[in-house]
Amino acid sequence: MTKPFFQVHRVPNRQGLGKLAQVLIGVCLLVGAVALIRKFGGSTSAGYVWDFQALWKYRSLLLSGLAYTLVFTVICIVLGLFVGLVTGLGRLSSNPLVVAPLRAYIELFRCTPVLVQLVWFYYALPVLTGIELSAVTAATLCLALYGGAFYSEIIRGGIISVDVGQVEAAKAIGMRPHQVMLRVVLPQAFKKMVPPLMNQSIMQLKNTSLLSVLAVPDLLYQGQVIAHEIYRPLETYTFIAIAYFAVLLPVTVWAKRLEFGDYDREA
Amino acid sequence: MTGKPEMSNARISIRGLRKAFGDHVVLKDISLQIEAGEVVALIGPSGSGKSTLLRCLNLLTVPDAGEITVGDFTLAFQGKSTHLPGERKLARFRAQTGMVFQHFNLFTHMTALQNVMEGPVTVLKTPRAQAEQQARALLQKVGLADRADYAPDKLSGGQKQRVAIARALAMQPSVMLFDEATSALDPELVGEVLSVIKALAREGMTMILVTHEIAFAREVADQVIFMRDGLVVEMGPPSQVIDNPQNDATRVFVGRFQASLVQAQASADPAT
Repeated sequence: MTKPFFQVHRVPNRQGLGKLAQVLIGVCLLVGAVALIRKFGGSTSAGYVWDFQALWKYRSLLLSGLAYTLVFTVICIVLGLFVGLVTGLGRLSSNPLVVAPLRAYIELFRCTPVLVQLVWFYYALPVLTGIELSAVTAATLCLALYGGAFYSEIIRGGIISVDVGQVEAAKAIGMRPHQVMLRVVLPQAFKKMVPPLMNQSIMQLKNTSLLSVLAVPDLLYQGQVIAHEIYRPLETYTFIAIAYFAVLLPVTVWAKRLEFGDYDREA
Repeated sequence: MTGKPEMSNARISIRGLRKAFGDHVVLKDISLQIEAGEVVALIGPSGSGKSTLLRCLNLLTVPDAGEITVGDFTLAFQGKSTHLPGERKLARFRAQTGMVFQHFNLFTHMTALQNVMEGPVTVLKTPRAQAEQQARALLQKVGLADRADYAPDKLSGGQKQRVAIARALAMQPSVMLFDEATSALDPELVGEVLSVIKALAREGMTMILVTHEIAFAREVADQVIFMRDGLVVEMGPPSQVIDNPQNDATRVFVGRFQASLVQAQASADPAT
């Protein structure tokens, strides 16, 4: 999705400042496009008159929604990475009693839609277990476990992609298993994991928009509230789309750079 | 470990060693004695079990049965019921043998210097400054003092293998194991690695070499072991095993080498 954009700035300079400028230009272009639509929108066949100013009144609501989304993303990424690391390492075990349940967990979460999981955690789990979960808790738990299932596979894949010779060499100089893992395997695996972990984390941010279903006041939920209030869904949802885009574009560009930085070094 | 003085003179003894991978028996009842300071070359056709034997000596491959003594450390194996020694003991056992691999296996995320320092710092808990000094001295010894800060992928095959030798030496092992250390090298790079091994032999390091370099084995080894189908067929000084083999299988194997030698130098002893 960011490919054409990426190619534009790959060619000239590889300096950080240049890239940041490119990103800002990208955002400005988009805002400009929206402004143009707004300005000339009146003469389109739809005859819709754009009015983004109506949103200004709700700026604090939008900001708190954005803050909610970001904080939620960070929490879900951190918890998800933790779950992913534990289950990813666990799946390397040779004990089927450890591997089987982890595999079941991963497949369960990978093969059902997040939205279904969210709803299930919020409505079905309390009925089954008798434990009442707040919307926020249910959502956190669900997204952390959902993300964890994907992180887990990324981490496991990174680890098993490290050459066996590296492990043997580490054992041969007398390293104990945890030393082999910490000193040799993980540092090498981590480099390979970074790009897919970044991608999955970007997905996590986007997935938080599903929280609105459980009435968690994230960016999208606040948008829905505003849209109902001022009857301007076009402006509201456009703004929300831009807000997500503005947050994620720099991140994806950064992620790509990490990926290609590695590529350069290996070449 | 560090408390043991001059450990580089340990004898190795192997008794009744067996190993099978599934139905395929790779080692059939191997018994050997290797005296301290001896250089032993393991030769034989592919699949004869020589690499497996070497890997059993530092337990990268775990034997099915038999006993291995390195220095004053003995491990016994009895079929599947053997529970391996604890990981701590296992690591200590491995630390006293230095292993050099066919494909070098240098830690790719570290420089040459860091590769050599890794064992002392992580395993022996040597202070960094001291480990670095020692590592630089070892790199000097293998002729790579000026490559200390190079990443492995910036080194040639021969240089990588010399760093790998320095890395193994940094643990001050009592025996060095070379698993076809020159087989993955371009022909013009073999010499630099062999000369490092030769220098170690002169210092009196106990070494076991799995090698296809018969000429080198003859030059450097005190004992040559010819293996075939998981058995030691013949063992003795190079003047016997290589120049005057007693066993037919050895004769055939060494004969091919002798034939090529005849072409190369007239002084070779022709084998029938």
